[in-house]
Amino acid sequence: MTILEMRGIVKEFPGVKALDGVTFDVRGGEVHALVGENGAGKSTLMKILGGIYPAGSFEGKIILDGRTAEFTCIKDSERAGIAVIHQELAIVAQMSVCENLYLGCELARHGVLDRGAMLSGAKAMLSRVGLAVAPDRMAGTLGTGEQQLLEIAKALSKNARILVLDEPTASLSETEARRLFGILGQLRQKGVSCIYISHRLEEVIELSDRVTVLRDGKTVETALRGPMAAKDRLVALMVGRPLAGFYPRKKRVYGKTIFEVRDWSADADDFSERAVRGAGFSLREGEILGLAGLVGAGRSEFVMSLFGAWGSKLSGTMRLCGRELDIRSPRDAIREGICLATEDRKRYGLVLDEGVRGNITLPGIAAFSRFGVVKKSAEARGAGRFIQMLGIKTPSIEQKVRALSGGNQQKIVLAKWLMTKPRVLILDEPTRGIDVGARAEIYGILARLVDEGVGVIVVSSDMQELFGLCDTLLVMAGGRVTATLEAAGTDQRTVMRHATGEIQV
Amino acid sequence: MNGTRMLFFIRRHMMIMALVLIWGLMAALTRGIFIAPGNLSNLFLQTVTVGIAACGMTLIIVAGHIDLSVGSVAGFTGAVAAVLQVRYGWNTSFAIAGALFAGLLIGVWHGYWIALRRVPAFIVTLASMLAFRGAILGVTGGATVSPLASSFKSLGTDYVPPVPGAVIAVVVVVLCLVFSFRARLFALSAAALGFFAILLANEGIPYSVLLLLFIVILFEFISRRTVFGRHIYAIGGNCEAARLSGVNVRAREMLLFPLFGVIVAVSGVVMTARLNAATTSAGVNMELDAIAACVIGGTSLMGGEGSITGAIIGALIMSSLDNGMSLMNLDITYQYVIKGLILMLAVWADISTRRAR
Repeated sequence: MTILEMRGIVKEFPGVKALDGVTFDVRGGEVHALVGENGAGKSTLMKILGGIYPAGSFEGKIILDGRTAEFTCIKDSERAGIAVIHQELAIVAQMSVCENLYLGCELARHGVLDRGAMLSGAKAMLSRVGLAVAPDRMAGTLGTGEQQLLEIAKALSKNARILVLDEPTASLSETEARRLFGILGQLRQKGVSCIYISHRLEEVIELSDRVTVLRDGKTVETALRGPMAAKDRLVALMVGRPLAGFYPRKKRVYGKTIFEVRDWSADADDFSERAVRGAGFSLREGEILGLAGLVGAGRSEFVMSLFGAWGSKLSGTMRLCGRELDIRSPRDAIREGICLATEDRKRYGLVLDEGVRGNITLPGIAAFSRFGVVKKSAEARGAGRFIQMLGIKTPSIEQKVRALSGGNQQKIVLAKWLMTKPRVLILDEPTRGIDVGARAEIYGILARLVDEGVGVIVVSSDMQELFGLCDTLLVMAGGRVTATLEAAGTDQRTVMRHATGEIQV
Repeated sequence: MNGTRMLFFIRRHMMIMALVLIWGLMAALTRGIFIAPGNLSNLFLQTVTVGIAACGMTLIIVAGHIDLSVGSVAGFTGAVAAVLQVRYGWNTSFAIAGALFAGLLIGVWHGYWIALRRVPAFIVTLASMLAFRGAILGVTGGATVSPLASSFKSLGTDYVPPVPGAVIAVVVVVLCLVFSFRARLFALSAAALGFFAILLANEGIPYSVLLLLFIVILFEFISRRTVFGRHIYAIGGNCEAARLSGVNVRAREMLLFPLFGVIVAVSGVVMTARLNAATTSAGVNMELDAIAACVIGGTSLMGGEGSITGAIIGALIMSSLDNGMSLMNLDITYQYVIKGLILMLAVWADISTRRAR
């Protein structure tokens, strides 16, 4: 029996249509998987269901138990029995398990906390999800899997009937994941439904009763769980779309190897399980190398550690034009001509309250200064040249970059690196959140750079972009390189299969 | 001038207008005594110690840090200079050099804990605020140390002789005019002209005011025209982006704190010279005046934004309030309350016009 139906959901953000008529339904006591590439609209859809995007900010209907539901806030959705468990868990690490379970709905008598009642209540809640920890234990001391179960217990205590799990296994070990699947199976028998978002297709096929595939904000298909062969079909449904015509690269002639990385391993500094293991590649003159993979595959960590900005290196060698480099900090990397335009330009790429000029000349200021004193007119001329060359639209060179569009901001990031005359330019998600016009311009700039002999490496979650732009694709999964493919001789399905870890190399 | 340009103009010059307003108000309330050249000259003298510290403090706050130890460290370094001269008989330049060296060492100590050991500046300097208050008692033996040699004292109390003073005034005003001609800032020349006219109409240009002027220009130059200054603003604006752009954040901070230590020592030496003595309570609450001056002058406590000229105007506002209210013989109780309220109103005005933009 269908308990929830989302009909014709359309959600627009300025310049982007995130959801374009999605239809989705959930039956009582089923696990319904939601799959799709990054940016297909899964999270947006769940934010609508969870009341984060309130009624009125989107088109379409949510029908719950046959009645139209309008959620104006997260609480409304919770009251209707929907609980969303995000990838980033909402656990207060410094509070006990019991306090976390009752956070926001503490039991009290005359304003004084009723600890006894809460402790026994917490025990009952924990046993429902099979979590055998003392209720007074500090939540921060639990493992990620246990914290997840804690969140599920909290959701169930609020009488959740529909549980939304967003990438629940992304940071779980195999055993923890197994345990989670067991619990989900039990809940299913008790009539609790689960919307399961995951990139790991084996998991999806094993666990779910039905699968819905989203692509470019549209529902492609909803299918019952099929035999193993369905995996290929899922991948095809997820990526199947034609390449658009705005990739300007024509000439693809390769020269000698300019940048080579061998057996690169690094560990995170923050005790997380993210890591890079034995990754490597070689980049020839005139070639664009693409790094493909799912979110969390270790691509950003890999390029950040090459740049001297992430984790601690365990092993590996890096050669630029045959010369071995020892890079310990971004400063070293920039000096050697290796530049990284990071993911999330607002957080890592730009000083938002600084002007366009100040941002562009930040890494390359030395070229405009003598004895530590900046030659202002030369600096302004230099910045102006790049503003013109990259077609950055800004009212003045002193304009704070915060007020500029994403496309212009990204061009400023490009400008600041081009100013340092890089020999290798690495770009992490260079076109995320950028409109199509600016995207095409950025592709044009990259094509020009490659023709000038700069080595270009692009990390992207956009398959279309990778295939349109790159010559060679490096596929990563779990911190390892699972495949190195000629873009011309492969297809998106193959890449996706390597990225989901289906093919072990 | 349309609405947005008007607002922009108000925002840019708000604190200057506030200063003019306060001066007008004080002049009216004191029946003109406040704006007599003698008093204004005195007002500038009173601004020097906090003004010097505020110049350095601006860079510290712009870098995203804070320094609560300014008062204690200024008091301590001032005491070191006095003790070296009075008890050990060092001549003036050696005594001052000793104090500046002490300031440098304190700055290195702060830099070590803040930049290299990553202890928050708030904590490190809070510890120093206590520790150096105690150290003042240690070096002075709990007693006032005086008197100083006349050459030391003159730094705080004497005036440049009329002829060289007039030459300096003419040179600075001409330079301002030249600069103004390029940047179209004629108000600056007018202000410089008025400033020197007031001083020369009285007893001349005090050495300490000249020193403040030099430090303001120096820090204005550091903040706007040097790679170091650029990096400090970038670190405060977005530390992670600065690091990923190749800025050696730790090295920059390791340079900033010792520089600030020396500046605070300079302000401590001037303070001692002005009092002609080192006292155990010298510099109490000075850090708060310096921070207030920066904040009134538009420096953002979040880091990344602020200017030296703003901080000096802020320091002038603070000392104008002190001076004016003393002239009015206002009860000290109200003086504190009014200063507190003005600080809050200034920041509120800053935030609200920022939002409107």
